[in-house]
Amino acid sequence: METLESLLAEHPFFKELDPRYITLIADCASEASFKAGDFIFREGDPATHFWLIRQGKVSLEIFAPGRGPIMIETLSDGDVMGWSWIVEPYRKQYDGRALELTRTLVFDARCIRGKCETEPKLGYELFKRFAQIFGERLQATRMRLLDLYGVHS
Amino acid sequence: MVFIVKPEIMEQTVVDPMLPQPYRVQRVRKETCDTFTLELEPAPHPLSGAQRGAAGGMRFAPGQFSMLYHFGIGEVPISISGDPSEPNRLIHTVRAVGAVTKALCKAKQGTILGVRGPFGSHWPVEEAAGNDIVIVAGGIGLAPLRPALYHLLAHRGQYGRIVLLYGARRPQDLLYRRELEHWRGRFDLEVEVTVDAARPDEWRGHVGVVTTLVSRASFDTRHTTALICGPEIMMRFTILELEKVGVPDNQLFLSMERNMKCAIGFCGHCQYGPTFICKDGPVFRYDCLKEIFGKREI
Amino acid sequence: MNTGRSSVRVDDRAIIERSDLPRLFQVLQQQSYRVVGPTVREGAIVYDELSSFDDLPIGWTDEQDGGRYRLKKRADKALFGYVVGPHSWKRFLHPPVIHLWKAKRNGQSFEIENEQAETPRYAFIGVRSCERHAIAIQDRVFMNGKYVDPIYKARREQAFVVAVNCGQAGGTCFCVSMKTGPKATFGFDLALTEILEEKRHYFVVEVGTELGASILRAIPHQEAREGEERAAERAVERAAQQMGRTMDTSDIRDLLYRNLEHPRWDDVANRCLSCANCTMVCPTCFCTTVEDVTDLSGQSAERIRKWDSCFTLDFSYIHGGSVRTSPKSRYRQWMTHKLASWIDQFGTSGCVGCGRCITWCPVGIDITEEVRALQESEQSIKEATDGNA
Repeated sequence: METLESLLAEHPFFKELDPRYITLIADCASEASFKAGDFIFREGDPATHFWLIRQGKVSLEIFAPGRGPIMIETLSDGDVMGWSWIVEPYRKQYDGRALELTRTLVFDARCIRGKCETEPKLGYELFKRFAQIFGERLQATRMRLLDLYGVHS
Repeated sequence: MVFIVKPEIMEQTVVDPMLPQPYRVQRVRKETCDTFTLELEPAPHPLSGAQRGAAGGMRFAPGQFSMLYHFGIGEVPISISGDPSEPNRLIHTVRAVGAVTKALCKAKQGTILGVRGPFGSHWPVEEAAGNDIVIVAGGIGLAPLRPALYHLLAHRGQYGRIVLLYGARRPQDLLYRRELEHWRGRFDLEVEVTVDAARPDEWRGHVGVVTTLVSRASFDTRHTTALICGPEIMMRFTILELEKVGVPDNQLFLSMERNMKCAIGFCGHCQYGPTFICKDGPVFRYDCLKEIFGKREI
Repeated sequence: MNTGRSSVRVDDRAIIERSDLPRLFQVLQQQSYRVVGPTVREGAIVYDELSSFDDLPIGWTDEQDGGRYRLKKRADKALFGYVVGPHSWKRFLHPPVIHLWKAKRNGQSFEIENEQAETPRYAFIGVRSCERHAIAIQDRVFMNGKYVDPIYKARREQAFVVAVNCGQAGGTCFCVSMKTGPKATFGFDLALTEILEEKRHYFVVEVGTELGASILRAIPHQEAREGEERAAERAVERAAQQMGRTMDTSDIRDLLYRNLEHPRWDDVANRCLSCANCTMVCPTCFCTTVEDVTDLSGQSAERIRKWDSCFTLDFSYIHGGSVRTSPKSRYRQWMTHKLASWIDQFGTSGCVGCGRCITWCPVGIDITEEVRALQESEQSIKEATDGNA
């Protein structure tokens, strides 16, 4: 039976993180499952959590009046979901909806932020990893901004 | 610095290469709002001047292209997107973006078009035997890759894992929708499709750029040949991703595109650095282009 | 004066007196050649069909420099006392405009009429060594690859070449640097070197082929004597000493590949008008475009091939825009192709040192100067870093 700690330790996102910090983070973690169609979070919600998707698929959506909901990104196995907890105003910008049965590890953001205040080095390690996520998401978003498949003149 | 490594170009006796051969439009299939797949068959027709029509169909290698001529309007290079084992069904997927392509997309069954070809280098499907194959297609880039996939599937035993990663703008922009679903259903082929954005009521697949699919796919990076086709920027980032996971430069193949007028290396338009895309390409091994790839205005 | 001796052979040297040279014309015309050579028109020496020997630019010379071309009268009556003008032989072998085929609509179908006009049988009079090299370069482009251009091949195979060895160099010439002259060393049926002495005006003739020999046999000539041959050699040496420009071609291919982003290209771009003159006058530039045209009724269509230039904005047009939008990128494309990529593509340089691009550039951009600027820039960087080592 795998413990939360061992699940965290083997996840690429926490690779090479000091086991002491893994323990600290595990304190703030639990498991959560979502059925297909469940909203995991809604636009405007306070950003109280972030998730590690173990298995499943989640769609990030935004609602445009007149256009309806638009999927702007899907995240699946192994992806980290949620970074608004790390930057003010700590508010979700998108809806997160499970497209299929999705199992996650969920982290209490307030708990994590608290630990980072007492152990700044933990904060730095998390920021490094989230910065990587920001970079990748920004890159991917910019690529779509170019509308590469559109017709241009 | 080695620029040109010429993969074996299929020898083909072409009748005067500047003279279009007549082909009849058998079928026009609408793929998306601006993209149509034309199915052509040879229309043997004695041409005055004693040139005979292409009675045997056109033998081509996956990745090659034809010059399609619409009477009175003009000629454009279009990748052949059909099955290389069926030369009598010559298939091209055309996007209507200019005068000629718009006319081609409006062609009715029975119309005669002029075809010159096949031209250019091809995907190294034979040399890649024994490897895993990763195909990364962006937008209409799937069209020149489809013949490669047909070949790979027809010789499935010669290859390890085969992965198809395909990205398009919206779900309604996906090409070969029915075939994609059929391919997804196979047990010996991994297919992942993504779109830039979608409405949840019309799409249950991935949303995001096609490059994000690379790290997820299963293949042995040290024994993989990657075939990449799409807008140049998409190919650039795809190459970065593949390099990141360890695929060597000499196993990355891409299909390049430039203005073409003659397709036989004489008009000079398709030059890209020291290469002529019509005869040294359009399929290139990445390490041969590395020095100029991505350089502005080359 | 002897009549033609039937024993003249390839590699022989003979003498034709000036007064007998018109016979060359007549013989060629009798052999159904269309004689093409230099003639004065609108202030320049161009190549055109000559109806008679007198159409040659007798007593003319040219003064050339960057962006400058003037004709001047000579003190003598030399027939070939000038160098090259805005035309080159490519306009005959690789015509500026040519119809490829016609087609007629037939219901949903169409039929192509592929009647080729008869191939003109040209005799070129006055092919300079640099030009002969340019023809050889275009031979490689059009006849050496997987595809052969039938238009070029047909004209080329029938062409009779009378080369002329330059007795003087032009202001923008640099054939010596490019190892393409001034003496014609291959590829001619006959080669002439004009010798003008106080009391005598004659031509030393070198026989290049059996066909050349057969033509020569019909012209009054004599065996060349040592003194006459030496006069020819001296004339060519004189030309070699007078080169208006030089270019150091060592490592030139890699020099250009290394400097694709050099600021010098911005410098040139500030001057270049993208007028395409250089590509029109260059004897090796071969780019063409294809136009499909139809008549007003839409019942008949034609495909026409025309010269094109990489300097035009449309040249690299794809997907709603051009790849090379800036004049800088287009100049870089031309020069890098000419001096570097050409070598990778065809095994030789694309430049023969004729200087036309320098003469006919309205702003006098000088390809030899541009190369020198890159070389000097690398040299000064090298010296700076060596100094710091």
